[in-house]
Amino acid sequence: MMAHILIRSIDRGATIFLIIVAAIAIGVPILNLALPPSSDFHIPLYLVALFGKYTCYALLALSIDLIWGFCGILSLGHGAFFALGGYAMGMYLMRQIGTRGVYADPILPDFMVFLNWKELPVYWYGFQFFPYALLMVVLVPGVLAFVFGWFAFRSRVTGVYLSIITQALTFALMLGFFRNNFGFGGNNGLTDFKDLLGFNVQSEATRNALFSISCVALIIAFLLCRAIVTSKFGKVLIAIRDAEARTRFLGYRVESYKLLVFTLSACMAGVAGALYVPQVGIINPSEFAPGNSIEAVIWVAVGGRGTLTGAALGAVLVNYAKTYFTSGFLAPYWLFMLGALFIGVTLLLPRGIVGTLYHWTALRRDRASAAAEEGVTDPLPAE
Amino acid sequence: MEPLTTSLLYLNGVTVSFDGFRALNNLSFAIESGEMRAIIGPNGAGKTTMMDVVTGKTRPDLGDVLFDGSYNLTKLDEAEIAELGIGRKFQKPTVFESHTVNDNLELALKSDRRARAALWWQETPPERRRIDELLQIIRLTAVRDRLAASLSHGQRQWLEIGMLLAQEPKLLLVDEPVAGMTDVETQQTAELLKEINRERTVVVVEHDMAFVRELGVKVTCLHEGSVLAEGTIDQVSANERVVEVYLGR
Repeated sequence: MMAHILIRSIDRGATIFLIIVAAIAIGVPILNLALPPSSDFHIPLYLVALFGKYTCYALLALSIDLIWGFCGILSLGHGAFFALGGYAMGMYLMRQIGTRGVYADPILPDFMVFLNWKELPVYWYGFQFFPYALLMVVLVPGVLAFVFGWFAFRSRVTGVYLSIITQALTFALMLGFFRNNFGFGGNNGLTDFKDLLGFNVQSEATRNALFSISCVALIIAFLLCRAIVTSKFGKVLIAIRDAEARTRFLGYRVESYKLLVFTLSACMAGVAGALYVPQVGIINPSEFAPGNSIEAVIWVAVGGRGTLTGAALGAVLVNYAKTYFTSGFLAPYWLFMLGALFIGVTLLLPRGIVGTLYHWTALRRDRASAAAEEGVTDPLPAE
Repeated sequence: MEPLTTSLLYLNGVTVSFDGFRALNNLSFAIESGEMRAIIGPNGAGKTTMMDVVTGKTRPDLGDVLFDGSYNLTKLDEAEIAELGIGRKFQKPTVFESHTVNDNLELALKSDRRARAALWWQETPPERRRIDELLQIIRLTAVRDRLAASLSHGQRQWLEIGMLLAQEPKLLLVDEPVAGMTDVETQQTAELLKEINRERTVVVVEHDMAFVRELGVKVTCLHEGSVLAEGTIDQVSANERVVEVYLGR
């Protein structure tokens, strides 16, 4: 059964993707740790952290592509699930600080002492345990997506209306997390992390390990997505995307399919956020900003929606461009460039980079098979 | 449950209003099991609304729709109605364009429709044979691996009919199956529907009178949301009122 699913899931594009990600997962830490800084091939630590960030973004893009590219659900609030996963990890990291904080309170994180809180809020309980925090990383975004989706999909909210309410969802969460009495550090968020499972989060080894773990998470999520989209479930998703009413009249309960895939996607986004936080060292309410979610949708559009590999590639390319352009004299114009990129891709490359590549190969194959067919149907005249 | 009627489909006093406009006005008629019925009528007579009510897309303001004697369709949603065995073909052929012909049939094939079942589903040999058989019936074997988007209009109509058959419904609702078809295709479609009618009950909505004549079945003429006349094609086309509102003098 598993072997069958694996064979079905891995085509040529998927193989190339898996090989590249696996090579990076192993190669980058080796080039950072094993080579002396003087070597031409040495990768400095700041780049390892940067690549780690991109990998988390790629994972987020994958989760968006799963629902948008295959089921037509355009979520403009996926950053919310990413940030919730990030906060869950941040809470664990905060509780690991212990007496090493500025106020040296063994239980309360610094910001609570600063706010004169006497006791730890109930929802912070348990976060000192890593497995519990990991569970919350998946559970909190998942439950929110389930409840949200249950109402939205049952009421048959679709298209731009759904996009608007997802946007409202992330905006509402942002406003909530900005408040000090919400209990998540308000404006400043959670930061000043010390260690994760006893390893110093700043150390070279931990950073390399986190990078490799992010790559592994990307690989697992990719395989999961491939297994889903190549199953009959995935075919139903595409059917819903292309002709929702037809799918209903065939007897499929569209809302359950949407709900399942939306919840799963939110869990994936949560994992991406959880891996992101220890690598960037901070999580604050600006991660909920509606703009972040829209940016993530642009990555997917640029790479090619409905391709999975394209989503990951788009996330890396656009973020690389962002890093490159926002560090030079062009910095003030980055948002204009991003907007222009989105418009340009929509007009000139509606399938995205990888989508266009796939389209070309499909065309060439069709032409070849048409030519072959002609050869068969028009036999040479008999002498 | 005690059957309330022996008819397969029984509409009783169904009324549907949209913003004060009565699309269906106290509509009542019955379709017997195994029957093929043609529904005709001018534009706006309520033919498509009637199908929407039967398939659960539209809820009537008044009236009952009984299926198989005991199910009240006005209380069920589209998926439940489809599971009971009512298949619908749309006016505009609606197939899944980014799926192959084969996958379109695979999705329509009678099976467990739950999301969980679809995740673990694997094609079985009987299902494979059933798809082969359907491809034969709808004459699309040669294009089974082509995307539905690349099919001609007539081929799409057939694919949709094939998808209906794959569902193994008791009742087929077919909305304008020959719109935009060539004469040969129309002829073939009439044969196909007659073939299907051997095992299943069929309701055809159609404007093409030559096609309806070809089918040679009982005809119901709708007008302003209720039944104007019912009978053989000759009886109905001789009816004064039908001539006046629909056929023209």
